[in-house]
Amino acid sequence: MKDFLFVFRNDAQTMTSGSPEEMQALTKRWMDWIGSIAAQNKLTSHGNRLAHGGKVVRPDNIITDGPYTEIKELVGGYSIVKADTLEEAAELAKGCPILTLGGNVEVREISVM
Amino acid sequence: MEEQELIPHLFRTEYRKITVVLCKLFGIENIEIAEDIASDTFLLASELWGLKGLPQNPAAWLYTVAKNKARDYLRRNNNFNQKIVEQIKLAYSGTEEIEIDLSDRNIVDSQLQMLFAVCHPAIPAEAQVALSLRILCGFGINEIADAFLTNKETINKRLFRAKEKLRIEKVKIEFPGEAEISRRLETVLTTLYLLFNEGYYSSNQDVTLRQDLCLEAMRLTHLLIENKSTNLPFVNALLSLMCFHASRFEARVNNNGETILYQDQDTGLWNQELIHKGEHFLNQASQGNAISKYHIEAGIAYWHTIKADTNEKWESILQLYNQLLLIEYSQIAALNRTYALAKANGKAEAIIEAEKLNLNNNHLYYSLLGELYTEVDNSKAIACFETAFTLAKSTADKVLITKKIQRLQ
Repeated sequence: MKDFLFVFRNDAQTMTSGSPEEMQALTKRWMDWIGSIAAQNKLTSHGNRLAHGGKVVRPDNIITDGPYTEIKELVGGYSIVKADTLEEAAELAKGCPILTLGGNVEVREISVM
Repeated sequence: MEEQELIPHLFRTEYRKITVVLCKLFGIENIEIAEDIASDTFLLASELWGLKGLPQNPAAWLYTVAKNKARDYLRRNNNFNQKIVEQIKLAYSGTEEIEIDLSDRNIVDSQLQMLFAVCHPAIPAEAQVALSLRILCGFGINEIADAFLTNKETINKRLFRAKEKLRIEKVKIEFPGEAEISRRLETVLTTLYLLFNEGYYSSNQDVTLRQDLCLEAMRLTHLLIENKSTNLPFVNALLSLMCFHASRFEARVNNNGETILYQDQDTGLWNQELIHKGEHFLNQASQGNAISKYHIEAGIAYWHTIKADTNEKWESILQLYNQLLLIEYSQIAALNRTYALAKANGKAEAIIEAEKLNLNNNHLYYSLLGELYTEVDNSKAIACFETAFTLAKSTADKVLITKKIQRLQ
């Protein structure tokens, strides 16, 4: 089995909106999805969410605030799963609730250094 | 209590106390000497009490005899004397007469220190459980063999190797340092949980023996809670979990010793006192921020003490299993999560998830599939239960599965 990184991307605008009930329902769907991967013994790390603020460091030591909140594909978090192939890993990502919110999951094999 | 009952009872409760106190005094490398002195004491008791009747205070009598035998031993064995007595004397500030302290306080301290010694990370888990049963619970070799569904020879070998390991590793009978206590406690709790599960989930037909194992695990966990430096949230969580499980002792076995599944139990037989105790320790466990797997499992067990089959109950259980699986994967957690998923989100979703688990060698997996397909596709359900039957090893499991199949036919 190899490890694969899931990178969760979403429109920054949609990520924070929603009523408490909607947020609770979303949490449930999220936990049911990640719990399903864990129940198959295919979760290496549930990973983390990323906080909203951030800085981008560019050449010549230029530091800017960002990524900007209007960005359409903001990285919101990551998890690490294990699978035999990239296809199998992508299959695991299918039920991710972020897909119903206009976001996407980037699946990348982790090449161990 | 009559004499015939009293000696076995005292053997359980006093043998272990005498052994740990003497072992603490002599050092773990001389554990057999401690055990021999304790056994000789009981041999003498069974002979004399049979002839002369019971002494006024049997426990005090046993302590006096054990002390005398220990002193005799030290006097008679010069080799042992030179090596050990010097150390003991040093430890006891050079007094001539060796003090053998069988006070309640020293008994409890010695038991706790022995618990840490026995549950040393260098000792294999299975041996830790057997050693705990022998030294800390005072179980006879036959009883341990019965509990593990094996024979005396196997247990004797296992205990012998475990004691060798204690000697080689030079494990000390002492409290771990403040900085180490939490890490060392993890091994201790794992062993206590194993001990409890050995009783709770064993396919052994001897219900009394199984309950004894559970009660011993609870007694030792309680010792940790009564002691200030080990009274930590995750210890309380473990005891809470044990109380909730133990509350169903009476309800989960019928008169023929057959298992009654949770959904078929007479809830009137659930022990309310143990449920309240479980709630108490769960409250104690929620002090502090850390959440251990014992917290989550205690939470799951708590919800199982609620009789009403509500969506809230199963949704809570599902989320707790999700969390548990994020901490640690186990087949049983994966299976139970899928059962909760069926209850909370419906069978259709649960069947899809269950098919992904692929636990093809596990009879419980096929029982779960059978359960999920029941009333959805009964012929498929029967096929699953039949596979479960061929995979099941114990008679009790086979009986349960047969009943399921009969209900569907």
